[in-house]
Amino acid sequence: MNELSLHILDIAQNSIRANAGLIQIHVKELPDEDLLSIQIKDDGEGMKQHQVKQAENPFFTSRTTRKVGLGIPLLKQNAEQTNGQFQLQSTEKIGTTLTVSFGFHHFDRPIIGDIAGCLLILISNETQADLLYTHQTSKGTFEFDTREIKKELDGIPLSTPEIQLFLKEMILGNLEQIQISE
Amino acid sequence: MTKVKSLADLKKLKEEVQSKIKLREKGDHPENLIQIKVSMATCGIASGAKDTMNYFIEELEHQGIDALVTQTGCMGYCYAEPTIELTIPGNQPVVYGDVNKTKAQEIIDKHIKLNELVDGIIPVSYKTL
Repeated sequence: MNELSLHILDIAQNSIRANAGLIQIHVKELPDEDLLSIQIKDDGEGMKQHQVKQAENPFFTSRTTRKVGLGIPLLKQNAEQTNGQFQLQSTEKIGTTLTVSFGFHHFDRPIIGDIAGCLLILISNETQADLLYTHQTSKGTFEFDTREIKKELDGIPLSTPEIQLFLKEMILGNLEQIQISE
Repeated sequence: MTKVKSLADLKKLKEEVQSKIKLREKGDHPENLIQIKVSMATCGIASGAKDTMNYFIEELEHQGIDALVTQTGCMGYCYAEPTIELTIPGNQPVVYGDVNKTKAQEIIDKHIKLNELVDGIIPVSYKTL
């Protein structure tokens, strides 16, 4: 996968599958410390201890439709290629936290990519899981919370085309304001 | 530079949208709607399912076709990603493989509008491991 936003979309799908009520995604850009970190945290079903150990194995998956599970291995590989680190913690019935970091200036670091597009796909998920997204740069922090938006919308589905368009402009505008990097 | 949109702007939009939604409500049950499920697991995402999904949303909205575009997990056809499952009300669901933008356009033009099947259907004779 050649964009970090696609990795976020992919990992967050795992949270949706684990019936999470709230998925928190925190992106931090720290160019001065040569660090870009992403944390994805959910309050879903969590994993058993042996599943946590196996998750990094590309030949392990909890699905029955195929024999491989590449989402986490690919992310881990991308991180470690850029002198980053990968950490996965999970407790059954409490949730899962995945933290991954990249060398900000490293030549092999994937671009951040289309964050707005990925967030829009994530918020219209079928299980109605809420999403809290924060993006921190040296210019400021952008916070996007679907709980606030749902309260404001009062029952109008987030998948309504007009709402999607509005949210896209809102996310893009705010991300531009804090000058996120490529 | 245009002003950055905030939650306050959302309130204004809400009233506009609410009246439109009331007009649409007639066939609001998902069974009466055309449903497109885009497979959105690692294999799908890596093959461009995000672009396919966005294309369906934009094109159907553009052409004024009422449809529900949602995401689903991996169906086991990783070799043929991006895959979609299309359900026309009253018919059996049909799974299409290798759905890029060109294929998506063909599916909208032929299958959705004229109810003609298009090449690229994956047979449903499918077993779990």
